Amino acid sequence: MRPEWAKFKPVNIKELPKEDWIAPGHRGCQGCGTVLPIKLALKVLGPNTIAVSSTGCMEIITSPFPFTSWRIPWIHVAFENAATVASGIEAALKALKRKGKISKKENINVVVFAGDGATYDIGLQFLSGALERGHRLIYFCLDNEAYMNTGVQRSGGTPIFAHTTTSPAGKVIHGKVGWKKNLDGIVIAHSIPYFATANPIFFADFMNKVKKASLVDGPSFFHVYSTCPTGWGAKSEDTVKLCKLATETRIFPLFEVIDGRYYILNRKIDKPKPVEEYLKIQRRFRHLKPEEIELFQNRINEEYERIVKLCEVFAPPKGE
Amino acid sequence: MPKDQGLMSWKDVVLGMYIVEPGNSVKFKTGDWKSHRPVLDKEKCIKCAQCYILCPEPAYYEDSEGYFICNLEYCKGCGICAAICPKGAITMVLEEA
Repeated sequence: MRPEWAKFKPVNIKELPKEDWIAPGHRGCQGCGTVLPIKLALKVLGPNTIAVSSTGCMEIITSPFPFTSWRIPWIHVAFENAATVASGIEAALKALKRKGKISKKENINVVVFAGDGATYDIGLQFLSGALERGHRLIYFCLDNEAYMNTGVQRSGGTPIFAHTTTSPAGKVIHGKVGWKKNLDGIVIAHSIPYFATANPIFFADFMNKVKKASLVDGPSFFHVYSTCPTGWGAKSEDTVKLCKLATETRIFPLFEVIDGRYYILNRKIDKPKPVEEYLKIQRRFRHLKPEEIELFQNRINEEYERIVKLCEVFAPPKGE
Repeated sequence: MPKDQGLMSWKDVVLGMYIVEPGNSVKFKTGDWKSHRPVLDKEKCIKCAQCYILCPEPAYYEDSEGYFICNLEYCKGCGICAAICPKGAITMVLEEA
């Protein structure tokens, strides 16, 4: 499909490097499902990586002052401009290569780890600019569906009916009003070389996608499902269950989009589990009435069918 | 701040407040957060490495025999490893004082 992937080989889980590029001792909550994608992504990308963080949980927990959990170069500037900082780094690397200060063969990955608040709401125009300019960077949107770092406020990524401190569930209004923003559509509309949604519980799938993205010459975007036991009111060990259910109930379908044109569905869910199973293990949804669950279920099915249809109509050409 | 280091004086701080040692959070032991600790039954273990891959800490490491062992100095006791284990070889045991 893309010429860069001619030599692509899937990641062998048994032969992964032993080193972790994020150190233990970070301040993440018990069962944090948001550190997990960072750890897995860095395992594939290796030490030749420069990471940029926007403000958020992942910045706070990894860098309380005299400590850092990063074993790779890392920078944090402001909430909104993670994509812009990464663009600057990529442009500087290009200039250094042109001037012969670093070898032209050196393959340095520039990655951004941003939360959903920094991607859906605050950093959207900066992200759009970086994607439009076509810098060679990998953007990870770690979607835990609210501003968890400041104490669970609603964001554009919060699903409908979810209880947060700024959209509390009361007698009249049941949690957040309005559906989750379709960020995937916005990003795909930029026609970037590689877009993927990923779920860290399917780690082989996730790592292969990261490897693909690291080979692409241009921007790539990951929408990563990440759980937050603290903000969602779930048990810490339920991170595993939540991640599995998110895909099995069709709430978080796994698909890739190449060049904004070709859609590939990674995991077809023929017999979905009822959404209720996913909702009832989270405290943020405990006030839901049966008719609201039905509304939620219908919307999920519609969204999923839309994606399946797109994958059928815009399938990549055969033989490639 | 770890107990053995004590508070840092301003004279020890690098110019620009940079942190010059990568990954120095290993000095901060998060093991005392936990109320339950994972215990591995080596007879049931099939060395599939899922606990090692999905530990968010990362607290798991591979020993010389190929088993994946949890470093209790960093383990926060979240129970992901016990939940993911396909053979039920890891059980969470209440930490006693």
